[in-house]
Amino acid sequence: MRGATLAKWAVCAAATGLTATACGGGGAASAGVVSASWGDPQNPLEPANTNEVQGGKVLEMLFRGLKRYNPKTGAAENVIADRIATADSQHFTVTLKDGWSFSNGEKVTAHSFVDAWNYGALLTNKQKNAPFFQYIDGFAKVHPASGTPTAKTLSGLAVKDARTFTVTLNQKFSSWPDTLGYTAFMPLPHSFYTDHSGWLRKPVGNGPYRVDSYEKGSVLRMRKWGKYPGSDRAQNAGIDLRVYTDNNTAYTDLQAGNLDLVDDVPAAQLKSVKSDLGDRYLNQPAGIIQTLTFPMYDKAWGGPGKDKVRRGLSMAIDRNQITREIFRRTRTPATDWTSPVLGADGGYKAGLCGEACVFNPSRARQLIKEGGGLPGGRMTVTYNADTGSHKDWIDALCNSINTSLGSDNACTGAPVGTFGDFRNKIAAKRMGGPFRAGWQMDYPLIQNFLQPLYYTNGSANDGKFSNHGFDALVDKANAQTDTGRAVAAFQDAEKVLAAQMPSIPLWYQNGSGGYSERISNVSLNPFSVPVYNEIKVN
Amino acid sequence: MGRYVIRRLLQMIPVFIGSTFLIFFMVYALGDPVAAMFGERSPDPATAAQIRRELYLDAPLWKQYLHYMGQIFQGNFGTAFNGQSVTELMASAFPVTLRLTVVAIVIEMAVGIVLGVFSGLRRGRGIDTSVLVLTLVVVSIPTFVSGYLLQFVFGVQWGWAAPSVSPDVPLNELLLPGLVLALVSLAYVTRLTRTSIAENVRADYVRTALAKGLPRHRVITRHLLRNSLIPVVTFIGTDIGALMGGAIVTERIFNIHGVGYQLYQGILRQNSPTVVGFVTILVLVFLLANLLVDLLYAVLDPRIRYA
Amino acid sequence: MPEPTVPKEAIGHGDGGSAALAIGEAESLERRPGAAPPGAGPPGGVPAGKPRSLWSDAWHDLCRNPVFVLSALVILFLVLIAIWPQLIATGNPYRADLAKAQQGSQPGHPFGFDTQGRDVYTRVVYGARASITVGVCATAGAALLGSLLGGLAGFFGGWSDTLLSRVADIFFGIPVILGGLVFLSMITSTTVWPVVGFIVLLGWPQISRIARGSVVTAKQNDYVHAARALGAGNGRMLLRHIAPNAVAPVIVVATIALGTFIALEATLSYLGAGLKPPTISWGIDISTASPYIRSAPHMLLWPAGALSITVLAFIMLGDAVRDALDPKLR
Repeated sequence: MRGATLAKWAVCAAATGLTATACGGGGAASAGVVSASWGDPQNPLEPANTNEVQGGKVLEMLFRGLKRYNPKTGAAENVIADRIATADSQHFTVTLKDGWSFSNGEKVTAHSFVDAWNYGALLTNKQKNAPFFQYIDGFAKVHPASGTPTAKTLSGLAVKDARTFTVTLNQKFSSWPDTLGYTAFMPLPHSFYTDHSGWLRKPVGNGPYRVDSYEKGSVLRMRKWGKYPGSDRAQNAGIDLRVYTDNNTAYTDLQAGNLDLVDDVPAAQLKSVKSDLGDRYLNQPAGIIQTLTFPMYDKAWGGPGKDKVRRGLSMAIDRNQITREIFRRTRTPATDWTSPVLGADGGYKAGLCGEACVFNPSRARQLIKEGGGLPGGRMTVTYNADTGSHKDWIDALCNSINTSLGSDNACTGAPVGTFGDFRNKIAAKRMGGPFRAGWQMDYPLIQNFLQPLYYTNGSANDGKFSNHGFDALVDKANAQTDTGRAVAAFQDAEKVLAAQMPSIPLWYQNGSGGYSERISNVSLNPFSVPVYNEIKVN
Repeated sequence: MGRYVIRRLLQMIPVFIGSTFLIFFMVYALGDPVAAMFGERSPDPATAAQIRRELYLDAPLWKQYLHYMGQIFQGNFGTAFNGQSVTELMASAFPVTLRLTVVAIVIEMAVGIVLGVFSGLRRGRGIDTSVLVLTLVVVSIPTFVSGYLLQFVFGVQWGWAAPSVSPDVPLNELLLPGLVLALVSLAYVTRLTRTSIAENVRADYVRTALAKGLPRHRVITRHLLRNSLIPVVTFIGTDIGALMGGAIVTERIFNIHGVGYQLYQGILRQNSPTVVGFVTILVLVFLLANLLVDLLYAVLDPRIRYA
Repeated sequence: MPEPTVPKEAIGHGDGGSAALAIGEAESLERRPGAAPPGAGPPGGVPAGKPRSLWSDAWHDLCRNPVFVLSALVILFLVLIAIWPQLIATGNPYRADLAKAQQGSQPGHPFGFDTQGRDVYTRVVYGARASITVGVCATAGAALLGSLLGGLAGFFGGWSDTLLSRVADIFFGIPVILGGLVFLSMITSTTVWPVVGFIVLLGWPQISRIARGSVVTAKQNDYVHAARALGAGNGRMLLRHIAPNAVAPVIVVATIALGTFIALEATLSYLGAGLKPPTISWGIDISTASPYIRSAPHMLLWPAGALSITVLAFIMLGDAVRDALDPKLR
């Protein structure tokens, strides 16, 4: 068509006139490459500095550590570690497998780990995951609470030979080896230290993929690394991670055949997702729990006798109806404070919360009345309005409470503009009522669902809950060498939460996603991240 | 004329200082950005203090501002929290948004002025009413609604255009987002042109021109339109800035990584170097656009001259 | 005060091309007389004894204009339900039954239900109060402030013009989202007034620029020069001669702005910076419903329709008023 060609030429000429962009084929993916949705990671892609899921996705493709969590079961399995031996749950000897190297050819040795961990722990490197190294002996010297570090390296780490190093912890921690699948514990090549900015532009790791090109804030192209020595080689030629600011757009792109994989189906599309995608829709349990946390530092909520109000509110929420109507079954009503992905052996126990997590409006009214009623007769539920579309479920939650209490506006949502402001208000203890909290596990252990969140001064203890009985039971659990007994002790601690209700367990969140007809063998791991290396291109 | 332009350029200096300080203060007022970097976890105090020190956030506001301005004069706009320099962000974002703005302005001018002229010349008739209803519908639909709707209809249902813009930002993919962006302003341009034309069409110089026997289209384009465009030009001048900075919703829906996207990210992450840098450039763009508008007055209306 | 913006002698000397007379003026506009035939404008000083002024003339016209009467009736109706929503809606706008979420029209609930299972009809009726208050008050505030400042700046020119234009530039530069988050996150009040104030703050520069442009143009007209030659003072000039001739574009922009301001309230609410619950507004409901545009369009359609009717009424009203104020169209 001459006319069409001419028109195209004219458009191209105009386009090149405005910028130096060539008139290419647009966003067409190369053969065998999967295009997937992504969010712009908030921090540089250093393993010890990546504490959110978007950066975590990339590191999962680029790195393999001592252990990896099985994408199906979540169990921690040895990858580079040959064995991790201990006699007393405090002194560990780590032996590495032979034959591993980084994609630039450098061998993965004991130094690759020890140096990376020392880098991550050192205060002046300001790595946000530094607290993950806090159990290693000597952490207080490289990362003092104030002032400057008095040591550069962790005294608890010692290299024995190229394939062996020892770790000394500052306390007994029986399940410590199982935490080593977390991104903060990944090994790093020499170039990370010698050419740091170059490494950040194009990270080098030891995983099944290598970085082909990285346009920050726009697209990260990763290709299969042919010489990857592991057993979980990439089944596709590569992954293009494209940054989307709006998950609705990513979903529309998927429908239009412009994108192969989205790992977050927006709530508004859930109603039609089955008819849009059929069996290409994923909805799998993930290690995420949503709670409503109370400001225990506020007398009106945390004072004596107020546990009745907190338990009463929990009974005023119709979890079944909200997960059905608002979330379309992508959430499951919660009956404990952990997650089903842990499994019964891992510590998940359905119904541990008891009657306090069962919808019962009349008992709710009675309990709240006995506890002195809502402070001032009303309450607000604070949430951040910028990410995660929380408004719909917060409103539904308040409506459920209002209906149970027979009032129009006893409970209202209180949006806060930014996540930063929301976190600042929490940190400054300026919450005047319950607020939303979501916890995504770092590693699939019951300890990770309880200790950071409810232990006195825990790193994510936003409500500032403090209970001696709970703390003692957690300490007891950590000291157990037998997993079964440790889990039992943790569950005893959880029963304290059921009685005190410092936060209301709402629902367990599933990972959701959808994919195009171009690809197959797509699944999500327990962290709600797609298992990229197993995806096949048809 | 030359002196006038120089004077206007000199006035940009206080505006530059005033706006940088105002924006700096506003981002500061949003609060401490460090807490958000740690996600759902409370920040490790030692690491947070280290980050604050390196970002100069532990100094009082005026010191932070002076430090920032000092850096700007050395050509350093600072770095975003993900480690990218703001200059780099600007170099990638501004050309993208500029192209989007040009597409939007061309659409709103072409369509808006034509519709405005027709309805202005045929006031109170059927075409005028239809245009009124059309502009009304367009005004009362928020951008996020028209954006999602057009994206779905054109992108998925009919498959005429890609629903999102690929990283290379080709011009043809910008037509749809450009249209969405132009829709709201389209109403203003149409209404302003209509009003202005309706007013001027009875002016004596038009009657004189017609009485002289000049062809009607010539009277409309040379005499009537030229004299009616002043409010329209003013509006478009103010709109350039609004379009460049206010395309946050459109850029979000069509996944365009331009100024609106970077600004929104910067605001949500409370990253003052990004926000202040981008807004400062935007203010300079407004200033230049306004200067151009004022100079255009003189072109459109020969009675106006600048000293 | 020296007042050389429009040189007085230019009226006396009919020839154009005189050198610019701006002494120490940043932006002075000089007129070349003769570009427009004299006497084009309406008579400048209407003798005081005349029975009808421009304004009463306009009022007389308006009452006979069906467009004006119709739009005024619609607005009257909207104001009535904004004050007494119970007049036409007996339900409870807060009553939520999640089991009915997103269901369509059914007996007793003509507009269906929203995501929370609330009756959309009742919400639309109750939403009128906040939305119309925000739209009307913010438009009135921005139009008054903007046309006052812009008009004065355009009339007097000089440093006041420069100052105002540059301040407006700074305001243009503030991103709405940043301003909204900063300004409104500091205020915990759940009333509409902080939102109104914020929109006025953001909205006035655009109107002031339009007003300034029209005043600069109107100032060039011969009747203005004639009036000045006859010794009219600044106040009289502005009020009697320039304002009626410069007000048209302001009314046009302001009536459209009314719609965008209500929509802006929606955007602000969406960002968590606008109206706070339990306030009910069309804006909040539109922004909440918009992601569901494909699965449950009725939730969006009705509040958006109410918004459209309101905007249409105000635009038509503005149009009629503008026409009535233009003596040339008579």
